[in-house]
Amino acid sequence: MADIDIIKDENIVYKKSKVLTDNVMHYCPGCSHGVVHKLIAEVIEEMGIQDKTIGVSPVGCSVFAYNYLDIDWQEAAHGRAPALATATKRLMPDKYVFTYQGDGDLASIGAAEIIHACNRGENITVIFINNGIYGMTGGQMAPTTLVGMKTATTPYGRDVELNGYPLKMTELVAQLPGTCYVTRQSVHTPATVRKCKKAIRKAFENQDKKIGTSFVEVTSTCNSGWKIPPVEANNWMVDHMFKFYKQGDLKDSEKDNPDDYKKFIE
Amino acid sequence: MGELKLMKGNEVIAHAAMRCGCDGYFGYPITPQSEVMETLMLKKPWETTGMVVLQAESEVASINMVYAGASCGKKVMTSSSSPGVSLMQEGITYIAGAELPCLLVNVVRGGPGLGTIQPAQSDYYQTCKGGGHGDYNLIVLAPASVQEMNDFVDLGFELAFKYRNPAMILSDGAIGQMMEKVELSDFKPRWTDEEIQKISGSWATTGKTADREQHIITSLELDSESMEKINHRIQAKYRKMEEEEVRYEEIQCEDAEYIFVAYGSSSRICQKSIEIARAKGIKVGLLRPITLFPYPTKAIAKLAERVKGMLSVEMSAGQMVDDVRLAVNGKIPVEHFGRLGGIIPTPDEIVEALEQKIIGGK
Ligand SMILES: Cc1ncc(C[n+]2csc(CCOP(=O)(O)OP(=O)(O)O)c2C)c(N)n1
Repeated sequence: MADIDIIKDENIVYKKSKVLTDNVMHYCPGCSHGVVHKLIAEVIEEMGIQDKTIGVSPVGCSVFAYNYLDIDWQEAAHGRAPALATATKRLMPDKYVFTYQGDGDLASIGAAEIIHACNRGENITVIFINNGIYGMTGGQMAPTTLVGMKTATTPYGRDVELNGYPLKMTELVAQLPGTCYVTRQSVHTPATVRKCKKAIRKAFENQDKKIGTSFVEVTSTCNSGWKIPPVEANNWMVDHMFKFYKQGDLKDSEKDNPDDYKKFIE
Repeated sequence: MGELKLMKGNEVIAHAAMRCGCDGYFGYPITPQSEVMETLMLKKPWETTGMVVLQAESEVASINMVYAGASCGKKVMTSSSSPGVSLMQEGITYIAGAELPCLLVNVVRGGPGLGTIQPAQSDYYQTCKGGGHGDYNLIVLAPASVQEMNDFVDLGFELAFKYRNPAMILSDGAIGQMMEKVELSDFKPRWTDEEIQKISGSWATTGKTADREQHIITSLELDSESMEKINHRIQAKYRKMEEEEVRYEEIQCEDAEYIFVAYGSSSRICQKSIEIARAKGIKVGLLRPITLFPYPTKAIAKLAERVKGMLSVEMSAGQMVDDVRLAVNGKIPVEHFGRLGGIIPTPDEIVEALEQKIIGGK
């Protein structure tokens, strides 16, 4: 088949989302950020909400998310994205508002903001990239770093005596009545990518229902920070991260407990 | 004539916000300014004007809510007192860096640290000389009456939007807590979406429609050449403010041989000190800066050409006095008098300080 035939509309089975810009991503090979960006872009395009979506980008490797998704963005200070999303959604309730945050941003410096946004049941979507490390600043320990895991600031491995325990933010926010949908996904295989996209879509659609905060953790790899090549990093994530960060839905108010859900919207 | 009321300064901030078409208030309780949010919660403006009012989990959160609201082209504000405003400094420099308009209110109490809940003016440096990191300035309005608490809400928003820069009302515990007669402003409706498009449509994050490029609110620019350009653009705004927005009041300066320079509560007390001093035959006047940034440098320099000395009266260990000295540039003696820790100076103390430090000190 000639090129010209391939690009005929009826032959196209897959193409780049229009919501993704043409900018070349700065992410390292194997990094999960780029895949998740793509999924969000596809969801926004498929829902037809490009003109109604406001993203809040974090401080971390994804600080430049605004260069890759062609929507309006607010760049937050480190950890503060949920506060920004709160105000934006309350001032413009007809918009779709989401934060995109790393684990240093969300679970460490921004722990207060995320807990209170979730606890108020802000009608927003939170995308939480948990790669167990501070990527941007060169691979230091995050609150989510596994016990024994080596990082720039835990060169002998995370020691509970010295550094405390890894923090399961997703389990934590699932307990708050303000969250309606809390799930943990990954993007290391085609199947998980498809599942993750469904979760992101649901998390955006929940904003129409006004039922509280939707929270999607994506357990992720950080090849540069972990100092493991991409394929091995995926395996390491499955073998180690998934044992501690159990994959799947933690909470789905509509499914789990219809009464809770009704109570919430009354 | 607007509606006349007897009200606390803090309550008036809330009423002025509702009346000037403010879209959102985000705050966290702290004495001596908690009445601002309490009044708003009592009045429930979301049911009338549609204004959003939210008690945030901290001042860190409230200032970042303001950052977002301002990003949407909305008229948003917060208020706090000194320890809370310290916590907001990160957010304030981001707002200044992203060139966003908003209104901040600091009802100052004595520091350092948790300090006291009594009035002070010891946050002048923080407000006018930085506070957060980087080269930026706030537009700073210093009310000396409950009436000005009302008036400066509208003026603060006006200047903030004119320059796309945060404006701060630098008040203190005395102005916030005292009750005075006030003529409240008439109600102005909140801006419609169409009006927001007209005013801030070229930059606000209102959703990327097909007919325009995406809007990105950020203070980040890793390329130094570009970042320097942004800095120059921001500095140019400040120079323009210095040309066009200086506001001050002169009281009995025409025949004065000495000048009190004082803002806010201190300027009110100085008016009584002028009476006392003049009864003793000391010809003293008052220069009251209304904008602390931009500062009335030229007005002070002009007075310095014909008076014998100036006393900067502040409830601080001597902060604004630096700016008076810079304006005077060594021509005449400039001294400072102030009480600390939440103590308000008496009119007599101020006259005594003038006699000792300026008249006798020559
Ligand atoms: C107030 C503040 N403290 C520290 C930093 C430095 N900093 C930048 S990114 C980052 C960590 C980001 O890690 P994470 O949120 O896990 O995101 P990742 O880079 O791994 O995607 C830190 C500490 C900062 N920018 N601001």
